[in-house]
Formats: sequence, structure tokens, C-alpha cells
Amino acid sequence: MSELISEIEGIYAVWLREAKIYVREKERLISSVISPLLWIFAFGAGVGSTVNVISGYSYQVFIYPGIAVMAVLFTSLFYGVYIIWDRKLDFLKEVLVAPVSRASVFAGKMLGGATDAMMQGIFLLIIGLFIKVPLTPLVLIQAFLMLLLISIAMVSIGLVIGANLNSPEGFGLVINFVMWPMFFFSGALFPVGNLPSWLEKATYVNPLTYGVDAMRGIILGINHFPIYYDAAIMFLFALLAMGVGILSFRRM
Amino acid sequence: MVIKTEGLTKKYGKITAVEGLNLEVEEGEIFGLLGPNGAGKTTLISMLCTILKPTSGRAWVNGFDIVRESGKVRKSIGIVFQAPSVDDLLTGRENLAMHNLLFGVPRGIRKQRIDEVLSIVNLEKRADDLVNTYSGGMRRRLELARGIMHHPKILFLDEPTLGLDPQTREHIWEYIVNLAEKECMTVMLTTHYMEEAEQLCDRVAIIDYGKIVALDYPQTLKNKVAGDVVKIKQKARDIETIKKLDYVKSVQEKDGLLYLSIKNASSHLQDLLAHTGPIDFVEVRSGTLNDVFLHYTGREIREGEGEGGFWERVMKR
Ligand SMILES: Nc1ncnc2c1ncn2[C@@H]1O[C@H](COP(=O)(O)OP(=O)(O)O)[C@@H](O)[C@H]1O
Ligand SMILES: [Mg+2]
Repeated sequence: MSELISEIEGIYAVWLREAKIYVREKERLISSVISPLLWIFAFGAGVGSTVNVISGYSYQVFIYPGIAVMAVLFTSLFYGVYIIWDRKLDFLKEVLVAPVSRASVFAGKMLGGATDAMMQGIFLLIIGLFIKVPLTPLVLIQAFLMLLLISIAMVSIGLVIGANLNSPEGFGLVINFVMWPMFFFSGALFPVGNLPSWLEKATYVNPLTYGVDAMRGIILGINHFPIYYDAAIMFLFALLAMGVGILSFRRM
Repeated sequence: MVIKTEGLTKKYGKITAVEGLNLEVEEGEIFGLLGPNGAGKTTLISMLCTILKPTSGRAWVNGFDIVRESGKVRKSIGIVFQAPSVDDLLTGRENLAMHNLLFGVPRGIRKQRIDEVLSIVNLEKRADDLVNTYSGGMRRRLELARGIMHHPKILFLDEPTLGLDPQTREHIWEYIVNLAEKECMTVMLTTHYMEEAEQLCDRVAIIDYGKIVALDYPQTLKNKVAGDVVKIKQKARDIETIKKLDYVKSVQEKDGLLYLSIKNASSHLQDLLAHTGPIDFVEVRSGTLNDVFLHYTGREIREGEGEGGFWERVMKR
């Protein structure tokens, strides 16, 4: 029992450190406000003026769920780079030598990253209220939970990559090969149904597709798969990513 | 025996950083590992702290096997790493609070412990400032405070005063000695500063290329090998005569000067000078661990040849 409490306190300690750093590093805060604004207004409104209405929604509103997923995806994956800096500067050693399991250290870092990403998620949901996205309180809660699930999975992937690499440059390289294909083949920017069939197949093996589909289903009522099916796949994927993450932390 | 190693070895590919090390450290000792850069000191400490797995051999810390019972080892130790590992964007107090949580200090005494160690290292006034406003010496003191806060049985210090000015260094020595006494802690520290090993440590192991080349009380080491050193400058010298004197342990010639190693210079100097004949210049000093190191390895430990990492890392943030 006291073992359990000390593990929970360990998770809390690691998370608290991440949360404090997030608030204090102004660059992180500012970029998490600016980048989604750019996507929604510059990209959504810009492309939207040349694209017809999709399924009864303006393009800006149609891609809103995808943009929300994207913002969370990018922030979550990139969070993994901090683990490399922590290791390079030896800040992590203090945590690694503590009598706390690596699973707890991983959980603390993962929750820290998810907090980081969800600050952006919440900000995006608030913007949604101002651009005529149909958001009821129930929809907001469901959308929040779905984004959280996506973020947990993607932070875990980022941490796996970070834990296995030694240089921030290497991380940047690998993450680009993970992030962009995941994003483009997820249906975030265009409906999956219109794609050539080989591309459509690519989207089905991409876990993010189900995250985008669920978000669009929750917010706009447009979904390919049942939402519980989307959520279940995302959940299994998150479990898998966390498992690999814990193994990677054990080897660190 | 609080720390014991048996044939402890660590290889990095072809490099053998620590080679078949046998070591025993007793309770309450301040034990020094003295050696130049790359000798394997950090590698040894990392293994004892369970953050590095040995290639072969075994070791026990506080009676627990470092591989099989690493959790119990971790609960018994405190450590100050060679490179600074306090968080810059947290305050001193926040760093300590995080440590309390990570090391399972009971809730009721956390605040008291923080205040206690802050006062030991004289950081009360700056405790609520961000660490990135601290000087190098203050950071080191904070790390020291953090290392002892959970009252470890054994404290590991990896180059605790690397890169610090002499004054701060002496302050930190004082803290370490006081702490070891007050808390009845065993301390194992690494250093490549001679005076640090001499002044601070009960026993010293001289380590070179991953092996222990000598291990004893600093005074015994010096007596065994170095005694006193007499430096003589003279035009016509007769080395053979000097070598035959029974109190002269060794004679070396370097840069036109003679370096004699002598058992007890103060009582033999008169006699020595009678044998050498007229001289231009003589200087007598007590032997140092540097002479001991020189004797065993044929090289000198050059001081200030720090690993550079410290300030680089501090500056980066
Ligand atoms: N991670 C590593 N990979 C490869 N070689 C290493 C690594 N860490 C240390 N070494 C090598 O092991 C030897 C001992 O290093 P170290 O334990 O840091 O020495 P010290 O602390 O005495 O200066 C050195 O030759 C060093 O280059
Ligand atoms: Mg070292």
C-alpha cells in the first residue's frame, strides 16, 4: 500500500515539474496559442474560400475537428524532444535514480505532455465556439475526452522516439517521418471517401484516422465508423504506445 | 561493510572503464576516489547508484546487491552527480519538494526537512528564487542539500567541487565533513583535486585506467611513497653519493634540478647538505598525493584539467 502511494507521489512529482516548466517557458505557451489560430484562420479560411461547402458545412468548420486533432498531434509528438534535452543536460538523472519505478516516471512525463497538449486542445475548443462550430456542452466534453485519448497515445509515441534517440536533430528527422504521413493520411483535411483507393487503404492503417473520424463524428455528426469503434481503436493504440514507452524508459 | 565490490567491471565496447575492482568501505567513512579524467570514477559511482549495469562482477551497497536489489539500494543512497542536475526553471525550494516526493519522505516532515537542509547550506534567503539566478556554488550547495534531505545512509558525491572557486570549495568541504559527522553518513566522493582528497577523506583509493593502484589513509600513502621532497639546484652534483644515503628513497633529475624523496627531511637535512657539497638553492616541502600518484602511475594528475562539462552545462540553460 505504501509502495503504491510512493509510486503515485512519484508520478505527481514528475507531472508537477512538467506543468510548472510549461507555464514558465513562455515560448511553449505562446506557440500553443498561435499555431492553431494560424491553421484555423489562415488555412481554413484561405482554402475555404476556394472549396465548396462539404456536407453542409463551410470548409473552415469542416476541417475544424481535423485542425484540433492536428494541433494536439503536433504538440504531443514534439513533446518527446524534451526528454532528449533533459537527458543531455542530466536533469533526468535525479529522477532516474529515485526509488520510483520507470513506469511511474513514464506516466508522469506522459501526463505532463498530455497536459501541455490539452491546454492547446482546450484553447481550440474555445475558439470553436466563436466560428459557428456546433458545440453543445455534451459535445465539448466528448470532444475533450477524445482529444485527451489521442494526446495520450501521441505523447507516448513521442516519448518512445525521444527515449531511443540521443540528439534533438535526430528526433526532428524521425518525427517528420512519423508526423506528416500520419497527418496527411488521416482525413483531417479532406473527406476520406473522395480519395483514390490506395490512399484510402493507407488511411485505414493510420490510427489517427480513427481519432479524426471520431472527432468529426462527435462535433459535426459526420463519421465513417461508429464512434465507439473509433474510440476503441484509439484506446488500444494508446495502450500499445504506453507499453512500448515504459519498456523504452526501462532501458534508459 | 557499507559498500563492497567484487571484480566489478564495466566495458564500453573496447574501452574498459572500470576493471575488476575490489573495494570495501566501512560505515561512517569518508572515502575518496582520486584519479585523473577518464580514470573511471564516474562509471564506478554510476554502477553503485544502479543507473549503470556492470558488465561483470558484483557489488553491494548497504548490504543490497546493486543489480538484483536496485530498488533497496536506491532507498539507501543520496547522490550529487558530476554534472548539475537541479532544475533551472524551478526554485530551490521546488527542487527540494520534488525530491521529497520522489524519495518518499513522509508527508508530515517534508517542510521541516526542507528548512533543515536549506539552513545547513545557507540558502534560506534564496530558496524561493529560480535556480537559473543562482551562481555555480549555490547550485552545488542546493544539490548537496537535496542529496542529504532524505537522510540517506550513504552519500555519493561525484566531483562535488568541480569548477568552483577555491573559497566555495572549502565551504563545501566544511559542509560535507559536518554532515557526515552529524548524520553519521558514509560518504564516497570522487575528485581529481589533491587537496580535496587529502583534507576531506579518511581513506583514499588512487584509481587510474579503471584500476585501483593504491588504497590507504592519505598520510600512510604519503609516508610509504613520498615522505618529504627536497629540491636542490647545484652546479657540480654527485648523484651516486646521494643515492647511497639510507634516508634517501629516490632521486629524480628534471630540468637541471634534483628532486629527492626523503623519509623525514627536517631531521636529515643537515646531514644531506653535508654530503651534497655547495648548492645554489634548496627547497623542502612535504610530499603530496600528487607525488604518490606520480610514483604509481609515472604521470601527474593535472589540476584544473576539469571535464569542462560543468560550466558549459550551466551556461547552456
Ligand atoms: N557512455 C560512454 N560510452 C563510451 N565510453 C564511455 C562512456 N562513459 C565513459 N566512457 C569512457 O570510460 C572511461 C571512464 O570515464 P569516467 O568514468 O567518466 O571517468 P572519470 O569520471 O574518472 O573522469 C573514459 O575513457 C570514458 O571515455
Ligand atoms: Mg567523472
